[in-house]
Amino acid sequence: MNAAAATAAAPRNDRLLEVSGVSVSFDGFKAINNLSFSIGKAELRAVIGPNGAGKTTFMDIVTGKTRPDEGKVIWGDRSVSLLRMNEAKIAQAGVGRKFQRPTVFEDQSVFDNLLMALRNGRSAWTVLFYKPSDEDRARVVALAEEIGLETQLARKSGELSHGQKQWLEIGMLLAQEPQLLLVDEPAAGMTPAEREHTTDILKEAAKTRAVVVVEHDMEFVRRLDCKVTVLHEGSVLAEGSLDHVTKNEQVIEVYLGR
Amino acid sequence: MTATTTNPAFGPGRRKPFVMRNPSVLVFLACLAIFTVGVTILSEGFGIGVISTSFIKTLGKTLCLCLIAVAMDVVWGYTGILSLGHFAFFGLGGYAIGMWLMYERTRLIVAESMSNAALPPTPEEISSGIATQIFGVVGASEFPPIWAFAHSLPLQLLAVVLVPGLLALVFGWLAFRSRVTGVYLSILTQAMTLALSLYLFQNDSGLRGNNGLSGLQNLPGVTASQDIVSMWFLWASAFALGAGYLLCAWVVSGKFGSVIRGIRDDEARVRFLGYSVEGYKLFVFTFTAVIAGIAGALYYPQAGIINPAEIAPIASIYLAVWVAIGGRGRLYGAVIGAAFVSLVSTYFTGGQAPSINLGFYTINWVDWWLILLGLTFVLVTLFFPKGIGGLFDLITDRRSPDRHGADLGPDQGALREKEAEE
Repeated sequence: MNAAAATAAAPRNDRLLEVSGVSVSFDGFKAINNLSFSIGKAELRAVIGPNGAGKTTFMDIVTGKTRPDEGKVIWGDRSVSLLRMNEAKIAQAGVGRKFQRPTVFEDQSVFDNLLMALRNGRSAWTVLFYKPSDEDRARVVALAEEIGLETQLARKSGELSHGQKQWLEIGMLLAQEPQLLLVDEPAAGMTPAEREHTTDILKEAAKTRAVVVVEHDMEFVRRLDCKVTVLHEGSVLAEGSLDHVTKNEQVIEVYLGR
Repeated sequence: MTATTTNPAFGPGRRKPFVMRNPSVLVFLACLAIFTVGVTILSEGFGIGVISTSFIKTLGKTLCLCLIAVAMDVVWGYTGILSLGHFAFFGLGGYAIGMWLMYERTRLIVAESMSNAALPPTPEEISSGIATQIFGVVGASEFPPIWAFAHSLPLQLLAVVLVPGLLALVFGWLAFRSRVTGVYLSILTQAMTLALSLYLFQNDSGLRGNNGLSGLQNLPGVTASQDIVSMWFLWASAFALGAGYLLCAWVVSGKFGSVIRGIRDDEARVRFLGYSVEGYKLFVFTFTAVIAGIAGALYYPQAGIINPAEIAPIASIYLAVWVAIGGRGRLYGAVIGAAFVSLVSTYFTGGQAPSINLGFYTINWVDWWLILLGLTFVLVTLFFPKGIGGLFDLITDRRSPDRHGADLGPDQGALREKEAEE
């Protein structure tokens, strides 16, 4: 409880997401064990940890894919609980998620992919009668320029290269205009140049919103140059700057393996 | 890549009207119109009499089957829900209209026979007379409660839409809310169809058990011959198919189409975009069930009889086979599949196909047709996943990734077929 209180030093109204005392187990295996975590409104945070530390499960809980056995997940200014909402409602509330492997709708054009992600009405009835306005189309083109796909709008996204798909998915996330972006291993399978570009995009995005990056590539995390949370066996092992946590004896033992 | 920085298609300005963006819709509607006019000219009722009335009925029924195939394509080919229960909705539509047809016709007959009596019959006597006529075959002489509206054509027409719609809404709500997907959902829909069929087989189901409803080809109060009536139904079926096709094409185009195809390809991703997947599935399921009901209401008056065997699960499986052979995910593919397979099926099972004598064995097509169909289905699924409709891609050069998202490399997101070829 003391540890949680210490990390909660930031003023309450600056907090966007607060996860407290969350536990979840699968068939007796405790994937998340009394995890507490909070993030501010415009903050970049890296979450690292060895395989099986609960990084992805943590994201699943925040996005509503997995229900925790106990604990609280409080969101936004009005302090609503995310645990009572389904995935779609949570996404509408402003949580965007990027999966590890690029998941775009391959059978559809880049334009359609982005248009679908734009922050507009989500109900079936609204969507049925939706006509893209000039603004929406301009927004899609602007997003495509931002992610370097402005010449690919008419192509089926299945024809794009791996890197381009990653960009497209990031573009779709930006189109959603989320307040919190959860990004799972964005640098996986990328060339060094692409990694640098990814770092820039994430840093830029974190100026106006909260960004949580799950990563286990230390080099990439160092480039992000942000506060780091180390997970181990489903709970927070250490938190602070990368230099701070890498000096931590326990972290060295469990993560760096030295 | 030759770069055109601003593609005019995505810039501001007025969008082209719906049909101009989907030329295949116009082509289809033109073909349907030409077909209808052509059949009218060749018909016995209105034309030179080249096509027999019984074949006109076959063609009219085929149009109804095309309509339900279009609905099936929307729910399966576009949304990815392999429903094996849409023929239940088709049958319910048929029963709904059949109840009025049978009631009204029986009423006219009963009223006429009673008018010769010395005393004018009371409404109760007429009602009892109709009930005895209709339900005598299952040993009852009173109207079951579900026949309460059978006297009214508008109410039964409403039932054509409402009964399949409500059943789909309730069933879909329960199934989708519990996130039943894939093969489990298919099994569930099949169970629904089977349960409904078994229920209707019972004599006390109120719908004459395995006798079903018959004499539906006779329109009450219409003296025109079947030559004429069959053409009326053909026109109505063609109109319904055209309108249904247009409506479905509109639904699957645009952003709604994007979302449902997204659900088909990656349901979880759509959810994380903030779309309520369950709501969309429920909408599509119910919408297509209503179309199936309307198709059924037009089909059975042409068939003349409906019984619970029509609702048996095998019918819904045929439906999936038609759509698969015609080509999923394209509405004209569904139409082609349904028309082609059901007409060929009529040919082979109708005894017109000559048997092949091999000396030691005679291939009798009535028996072998199912095997031929099954073999075709397997071959199409294995070698031509796009079906007959896929042939049009050769003409129009429609691009789509053929690799079904398969990765070539050891891990996900590795080199893909397409990249390797280039």
